[in-house]
Amino acid sequence: MTLQEELVGPPPAKLVVDKVSKWFRTTRQTVHALDKVSLSIGEGEFVCLVGPSGCGKSTLLDIISGLETPDEGVVMADNEPVLNPGRHRLVMFQESALFPWLDVTGNVMFGLKLKPGLRNKERLEVAKFFLQLVGLEKFWAAHVHELSGGMKQRVALARALAPNPRVLLMDEPFAALDALTREQLYSDIQRIWQKRRKTIVFVTHNVREAVCLADRVILFSRNPGRIREQFDIPLPRPRDINSIELAEHAGKITRALKGHAAGEVSD
Amino acid sequence: MRRTLLATLFFVTLIAIWHFVVQRGIWSPVLLPSPRSVGEYLLAAARDGTLFQATVVTVRRLLVGYLIGVVIGLPLGLFTSAFKFMEDTVGVLALGLQTLPSVCWIPLALLWFGQTESAMLFVVIMGTLWSVVIATDTGVRNIPPIYARAARTMGSRGLHKWTKVILPASLPYLVSGMKQGWAFAWRSLMAAEIYVTILTGFGLGHLLHYGRELHAMDQVIGVMLIIVLIGLLTDKILFAPIERFLHRRWGTGLR
Repeated sequence: MTLQEELVGPPPAKLVVDKVSKWFRTTRQTVHALDKVSLSIGEGEFVCLVGPSGCGKSTLLDIISGLETPDEGVVMADNEPVLNPGRHRLVMFQESALFPWLDVTGNVMFGLKLKPGLRNKERLEVAKFFLQLVGLEKFWAAHVHELSGGMKQRVALARALAPNPRVLLMDEPFAALDALTREQLYSDIQRIWQKRRKTIVFVTHNVREAVCLADRVILFSRNPGRIREQFDIPLPRPRDINSIELAEHAGKITRALKGHAAGEVSD
Repeated sequence: MRRTLLATLFFVTLIAIWHFVVQRGIWSPVLLPSPRSVGEYLLAAARDGTLFQATVVTVRRLLVGYLIGVVIGLPLGLFTSAFKFMEDTVGVLALGLQTLPSVCWIPLALLWFGQTESAMLFVVIMGTLWSVVIATDTGVRNIPPIYARAARTMGSRGLHKWTKVILPASLPYLVSGMKQGWAFAWRSLMAAEIYVTILTGFGLGHLLHYGRELHAMDQVIGVMLIIVLIGLLTDKILFAPIERFLHRRWGTGLR
């Protein structure tokens, strides 16, 4: 298999979340994290889940990845129920979750090595390709602790992209970074997404970030976690987080978010 | 260079203080021999080969017992961390026996094995094993859960997860556990050698014991120095390189 063939890979997947509910029970209390959430995400669509903390958006991401199982309902990826985590749906976490015992290349290779049908030489080529894509080819032999926060997230992105998943799940991956690094990553992520079309589900509490990246922004409310409203973002790409059109959309969503929050308080 | 110099100065000062105290004649030289007479004993014992032989015998027992302890203890610790059933049985047993001073195994070892090498080994293994089990178990339980989550999403499970994620992730804990195991093995062996007289090998502990019997305080202190030296050397040779590797990879231990 050549590098080009490997990079083509399977097409992005269609995701259907069907009446998913989830409760977290502790000895003290039961939290109703998700209440009959239904959602359909198209092939290659970029969707952002936005909401106040504790609205269950990260829980939904865990359920889509297969790390958590829903108490009710089901998630279908290309008409197959999601029962376990699998390499077709890779996750980027808020902390990079890179393995300190491996160097940068070793980390990018980790998922690739679990992918059958490749020779090690090909895996190395693929890893190099993705390190280049995130602009870190010079750091292929670096140790994880030698990288800055932004570089770590780039490596984590390369690690998630390398096995050519059909879905990329991102759980507030830029929340711990400074504003400048984040802006750079917004343009990187748009560039990479246009090059390597994936279905992306991106969780954030930053409305501007969501508008900058998403085809569609889905607004959650909490107690219990529900979908409140959905917003299509028809802006052309690449988008600049500081543009006025973007700010208008963000303002609309922020007002909706505040409205719900205020409603919750008065309830 | 400056560090070596400072360290040398420190130890020379210690010996000088020792020398000064002896010269003042506060204690009888039978109880506190001079550094010189201890040095003379060590030189003589090194020349006639007793010191070398005793060291070889002791270090061999130590290494064999320690290795067996680690080879059994490491998987046992992994099992107790992985299976509730093992945690409730072997885990509790290990915790209990770890608190038992290894000297307490000697009467049992003598009755079971007699005055043999096996008795020695048994005591060393019992001293090592349980602390390695506990350290491994603790190590696995302290792995940040995010590593296991990330690995699972990439399709790692079962044996792959254990060998490629859990084991390397807990390496820092495993190494400090092995170090602790080594210290326990050393203590157990010295206790065993001091208490058990056997004919198959005359170790450092025996030298120490006979030093007391003969009221040869220079021998007692000389052998103690050798025991300390071996402990230091093994730390520098066996564990320091592994710890340096870990610090480099994890970015820890930086000042």
